[in-house]
Amino acid sequence: MNEIENNQSNEDGIDRRGFLQCMAWVGTGLVWAMQGGILRSTVFGKDTDLASADFTFVQISDSHIGFSKEPNKDVVGTLQQTIARINQLPKAPELLLHTGDLSHLSKPAEFDTLAQSLKVCKAGEQFFVPGEHDVFSDDGKSYLERYGKNTLGNGWYSFDHKGVHFIGLVNVMNLKAGGLGQIGPDQLAWLKDDLAAKSSSTPIVVFAHVPLWTVYEKWGWGTEDSAVAMQYLKRFGSVTVLNGHIHQILQKVEGNVIFHTARSTAFPQPEPGKAESPGPIKNVAADQLKKMLGLSAVNYVENPGSLAIVDQTLE
Amino acid sequence: MYRTFQSYLRSSLWTVSLVAFACTSLNILAADVPTTAPAEVEIKIDNFTFSPATVTIAPGTKVTWINHDDIPHTATSTTKLFNSKALDTDEKYSFTFDKAGTFPYFCAVHPHMTGQIIVK
Repeated sequence: MNEIENNQSNEDGIDRRGFLQCMAWVGTGLVWAMQGGILRSTVFGKDTDLASADFTFVQISDSHIGFSKEPNKDVVGTLQQTIARINQLPKAPELLLHTGDLSHLSKPAEFDTLAQSLKVCKAGEQFFVPGEHDVFSDDGKSYLERYGKNTLGNGWYSFDHKGVHFIGLVNVMNLKAGGLGQIGPDQLAWLKDDLAAKSSSTPIVVFAHVPLWTVYEKWGWGTEDSAVAMQYLKRFGSVTVLNGHIHQILQKVEGNVIFHTARSTAFPQPEPGKAESPGPIKNVAADQLKKMLGLSAVNYVENPGSLAIVDQTLE
Repeated sequence: MYRTFQSYLRSSLWTVSLVAFACTSLNILAADVPTTAPAEVEIKIDNFTFSPATVTIAPGTKVTWINHDDIPHTATSTTKLFNSKALDTDEKYSFTFDKAGTFPYFCAVHPHMTGQIIVK
């Protein structure tokens, strides 16, 4: 899928005209390049601009270590293949972001297997946010002991890398019956303060497990209070929101905010509403599975301030 | 699904009346009588759904949740009365409801999954 819409931009370089939605569910990789609010996409491998990126980072998600059923009885194997793909990227990523569901059942052994597998990843510093599978057995204790060092609250934090401000949010704690993901008032107050010191020209990358916009409410694919966070982010000229949880690629652009969900390294899930439940797609032929798993690589070019997301499948 | 719920209801009512009968016998005879198994109800978790989603039981009924999905779920009381923790595929969790009332619950992993136990 390759949908391109070049919106008129104002003199300040921020597209205010409207709304663009593009969905790429599964299949070939895409490059997304944002330049001054104009979004461009080309099929993976055809974007020559990426070579000039100041730095690159990768996003992986939903490794579900501990899952051992159809369609993937070897989730450690597919994670290792993902890491091998990262290690083969022409430009070594400086950061790795994992957007949650590291484990399947929050078991210490599952967390440790993930950490062990990632030791060989040549992607610079590694950052994590929890998915609901990482926190539901023990309120996140095992996760925080291993992956929550130097974080605030129940695992949120921010950091700067070469002029880009990264924010890791937790939206899988204290979930309410019938509800969606939740950031919560404490974390939102922190986010407001964290952003207050930043100039509007600072590129922002927000990453969290559950999508920060409502993908499909009936399956709980959204975050109750994401609109409050978006309110704090709207003055920034370049905001990229990276999520996982739904095990498929979905992209949306709203003003100067790009939303992007990553594939799982473990198993695919159905398109919203296109199955009885959001359970794993089981009837996947072995040779097709690896086309539905993968990673996202993101390239950042400081001048003229572009950000490109490249999705790769394992095959 | 509806039929299953009806049969649950029937069996629980049947057991409740047996228990009542046993108690009466006990009072009259004041001697050992065969005790009946306590009332039990099973709630299946299939396709990210509790079924039946609403169960009405008598006090003292033991409710058992069984997860038939390939994905873990929980049965977590909204009032913290009970919490199954993680139920992997085919794992079970039971809780006996002694007091009357309405007890909503949900899956802590997938909070859009909800159900309730009505005890009266």
